[in-house]
Amino acid sequence: MAKVEVDVPPKGGFSFDLCRRNDMLSKKGINPPSYLKTGTTIVGLIFQDGVILGADTRATEGPIVADKNCEKIHYMAPNIYCCGAGTAADTEAVTDTISSQLKLHRYHTGRESRVVTALTLLKSHLFRYQGHVSAALVLGGVDVTGPHLHTIYPHGSTDTLPFATMGSGSLAAMAVFESKYHEGLSKDEGVKLVCEAICSGIFNDLGSGSNVDICVITKGQKEYLRNHLLPNPRTYVSSKGYSFTKKTEVLLTKITPLKELVDVIEGGDAMEE
Amino acid sequence: MDLNAPHSMGTTIIGVTYDGGVVLGADSRTSTGMYVANRASDKITQLTDNVYICRSGSAADSQIVSDYVRYFLHQHTIQLGQPATVKVAANLVRLLSYNNKNMLQTGIIVGGWDKYEGGKIYGIPLGGTILEQPFAIGGSGSSYLYGFFDQAWKEGMSKDEAEQLVVKAVSLAIARDGASGGVVRTVIINSDGVTRNFYPSDKLQLWHEELEPQNSLLDILSAASPEPMNI
Repeated sequence: MAKVEVDVPPKGGFSFDLCRRNDMLSKKGINPPSYLKTGTTIVGLIFQDGVILGADTRATEGPIVADKNCEKIHYMAPNIYCCGAGTAADTEAVTDTISSQLKLHRYHTGRESRVVTALTLLKSHLFRYQGHVSAALVLGGVDVTGPHLHTIYPHGSTDTLPFATMGSGSLAAMAVFESKYHEGLSKDEGVKLVCEAICSGIFNDLGSGSNVDICVITKGQKEYLRNHLLPNPRTYVSSKGYSFTKKTEVLLTKITPLKELVDVIEGGDAMEE
Repeated sequence: MDLNAPHSMGTTIIGVTYDGGVVLGADSRTSTGMYVANRASDKITQLTDNVYICRSGSAADSQIVSDYVRYFLHQHTIQLGQPATVKVAANLVRLLSYNNKNMLQTGIIVGGWDKYEGGKIYGIPLGGTILEQPFAIGGSGSSYLYGFFDQAWKEGMSKDEAEQLVVKAVSLAIARDGASGGVVRTVIINSDGVTRNFYPSDKLQLWHEELEPQNSLLDILSAASPEPMNI
């Protein structure tokens, strides 16, 4: 891609000037603060009756685990869920935004949302930001046209697949899927396979860890199995428990109801235009 | 391993005219850096009933361009009252590619059949040039096919000859280009309609070093372990 260094009047749309400034600064050695990333293993597969999504629960901030039990499977619509990998703020924001747009669309049309609608909204949003919104998503759901599974990449490209993995642990999880996936899986087989794939990511990828979340979506029904598997329990917990002897001293206990400090007008006039 | 690299379709794409229509062919590998993100992607995308395109370059850019052109063509068809011609489709792609050349990185081959000109292939490479050609090749794997087509292409082929040529060419490119792989997909468009075909990798012909090694003396000699030498 050629970089055009010409001053043009702003025509509207997103201005990438600050992105250029950031690039220039990082070349000089001034690095921006590290983001909270979900290192992540996220997967999805299509089984007999619908779609199963799976995710690990570790959120990292550089080399530190910031959240040991975060939720990476985001709600989009009653029949559509989306797993997110990449910068945690970006995945949260983009899925929340598109989830509201879908709700408004449902009110407007009076119909159940379709997965391709969510797909188009997400891909247009991500393409508009040219990859700077670092969100890699696995979108799955069941609508009137059947079960669907899509992957969406930060630059806005999408793929439609029967099984998919994303995130830093995607290679480990894909190895499991490639060897064991077949068409016409039952629900139990599917859940077991997804657990195996996520566990493969949890144990072999440093950016993924803690627990396994699963979401099973079928026609007219969904099951959100939060912490379906806990393969990393805390092993050495003190059985005696902890006691902290020196407590903070209580000097005075006084309750002041706020009504005494503020004038509360009971009733009042009706609001006028 | 840079899993955040933009998705690109390493790719081999081909479009060939024959007597009565066109054959479009492509491989199915989408790569993110050195990882194959999708080993079974479909790079031949439908624009209208009679016009299809082969996409190469950045996956996001080519998908967006094809979505916009499909939308414009749909409007155009409604306004015109009859199916759009391949020339119009190709020029719409060209306008988007040329006017946004600084921001897009996509090479496209437009192929289809209409009642005025018959089967036509238009190549629209990176900068936004439009070239009407009897055959067009594109993508990273096409480098290996220029000489092949110079020798193997001829005018007035039949539908089956053209399809076999396309399959052979894509399979040769897959053998030599690391960024192309997976399966070979073809789409045949003529006055009767559209036919999609699929050739899995095991059905393709093996080339050169891919063949099984012949029995060599080395295999036979090492079977019996050598006696220690006696002085």
